[in-house]
Amino acid sequence: MRLIIKDLCHRYDDLVVLEGIDLTVREGEVLAVIGPSGCGKSTLLGIAGGIVAPTSGTIETAGAVPDGCLNPVTFIFQDFALLPWRSVEDNLALVLEHHPLPAAERRERIEAGLRRMGLWDFRKALPKQLSGGMRQRVGIARALAVRPAMLLLDEPLSALDAQTRELLMEDFLALWQRERTTALYVTHNLDEALRLADRVVVLSRRPGRLREIVTIEEPRDQRLQPSAQAHLAEVRDRLWHLIRAEAQLADREIANA
Amino acid sequence: MPDTSLPVTPAQPVRFRGGGFTVRTHRWAALLAFAVLIAVWESTNRFGLVSPLFLPPPSAVAKALGAMVADGSLWQHLKASLMRIGVGWAMGTVCGMAVGFAMGIGSVARAVGVPLVSAFFPIPKIALLPLFILWFGIGEPSKFATIGFGVFFPTVIATYSAIDSVPRNLIRMAQSFGLPWASILRKIVLPGALPGILAGFRITASIALILVVAAEMIGAEYGIGAFVLTAGNLMLTDQLLAGVLVLSLLGLAIGTVLSILERRLLKWR
Repeated sequence: MRLIIKDLCHRYDDLVVLEGIDLTVREGEVLAVIGPSGCGKSTLLGIAGGIVAPTSGTIETAGAVPDGCLNPVTFIFQDFALLPWRSVEDNLALVLEHHPLPAAERRERIEAGLRRMGLWDFRKALPKQLSGGMRQRVGIARALAVRPAMLLLDEPLSALDAQTRELLMEDFLALWQRERTTALYVTHNLDEALRLADRVVVLSRRPGRLREIVTIEEPRDQRLQPSAQAHLAEVRDRLWHLIRAEAQLADREIANA
Repeated sequence: MPDTSLPVTPAQPVRFRGGGFTVRTHRWAALLAFAVLIAVWESTNRFGLVSPLFLPPPSAVAKALGAMVADGSLWQHLKASLMRIGVGWAMGTVCGMAVGFAMGIGSVARAVGVPLVSAFFPIPKIALLPLFILWFGIGEPSKFATIGFGVFFPTVIATYSAIDSVPRNLIRMAQSFGLPWASILRKIVLPGALPGILAGFRITASIALILVVAAEMIGAEYGIGAFVLTAGNLMLTDQLLAGVLVLSLLGLAIGTVLSILERRLLKWR
């Protein structure tokens, strides 16, 4: 599935958050969005997923959806957004209950999602009984249960410690290796973007405008190889050069506000 | 290399400074405090420091309570009070939750409701009992209305505040997965608001208990409030305090039931 964003602007009252965004997320690619704090990254994702109404501009999806897809554009949230009163398996069931699925298929989707994320043994646990990484795995399993065509990931690793982040990045890589699900990935972490994305969009400070789109040539599964490091370091420097000054200015603006 | 210019002090153990400011359970302290209080109270009478007419000893109160149990009057009064509390509280709670829900999820209902609730909430509800008697008569309906009215406003406030406190990210999550509006209400908003609603029940149960006593003192033949008033008028202070003791136990019982309910429904917390 492709996502096409045309001439997108968004404002909260007098505050212009996004301005003149034209962007296409290509079929099967992982597009990372980076930018300084407050540049509208999460707002862009919310608009792309239809949970924030844009002030102007259009958002369209096009292309094929996988068999059995129940929610073509699906979020994975930074704070996991799990219902604390439901067990792990019931959190997955929540997103299937309003679809007219046979009970056996519902069970099969839940089991497949939980087994894929290594959570089957924890299916009866409540979210409070899980670590941060496991909670995010529940969030991923929940997203996979609806067989999405596109994932919208809102800083999915930022609430986690470094080791858990590394493990979950491996999970994402395995997922994209297998499924080729299109993804729009918002992050403030350059290393995450360099490890996971095919292209990286750099937004300016508020109002967020598209500054540059940087393509990462190395295949994702080879980015930890020594041979890829020189090029990745070059791309990293370029990205950092693009956002450094913007981030400093954004910090000053926030402090003055 | 160590800096030899600094003065050398001998090794000392690190002093523990992290004590205090933690709550520890003292299981027997409360029982002991009760026992001491009752013993002091009893002895003030035994030693003639206080007249039993003004403050009868605990033994006399227990005897009066025993007599009430034996002649069946306790159950008669308790039944009348419980029925009034039950009906009045249920009326106020059902209506209050409905209005609170409307205000919690509807901006128009909130815009209309908040000023009205703010205006009516501070009125001492017992002041309206004469009006309710005029409207509904001296019988049960006026008492139900007083209790219901008293319970209604705190329930409204507790319900819409509880809905406000439901994390919005959960609602956004549900919307992003395409859950219908009614499902979001039933599966997210209601369970998410439950802790706040149950906390409100605790407050409204106490209000109902206060109002039933007041209403029964104004016009009732049976009921713990009526019993306490009659005992006071006849200077039967042992019976009066027995009635007060029943009220205290009733409050404790209601609190216990609500605690059990909270433990059952909010296991996930």
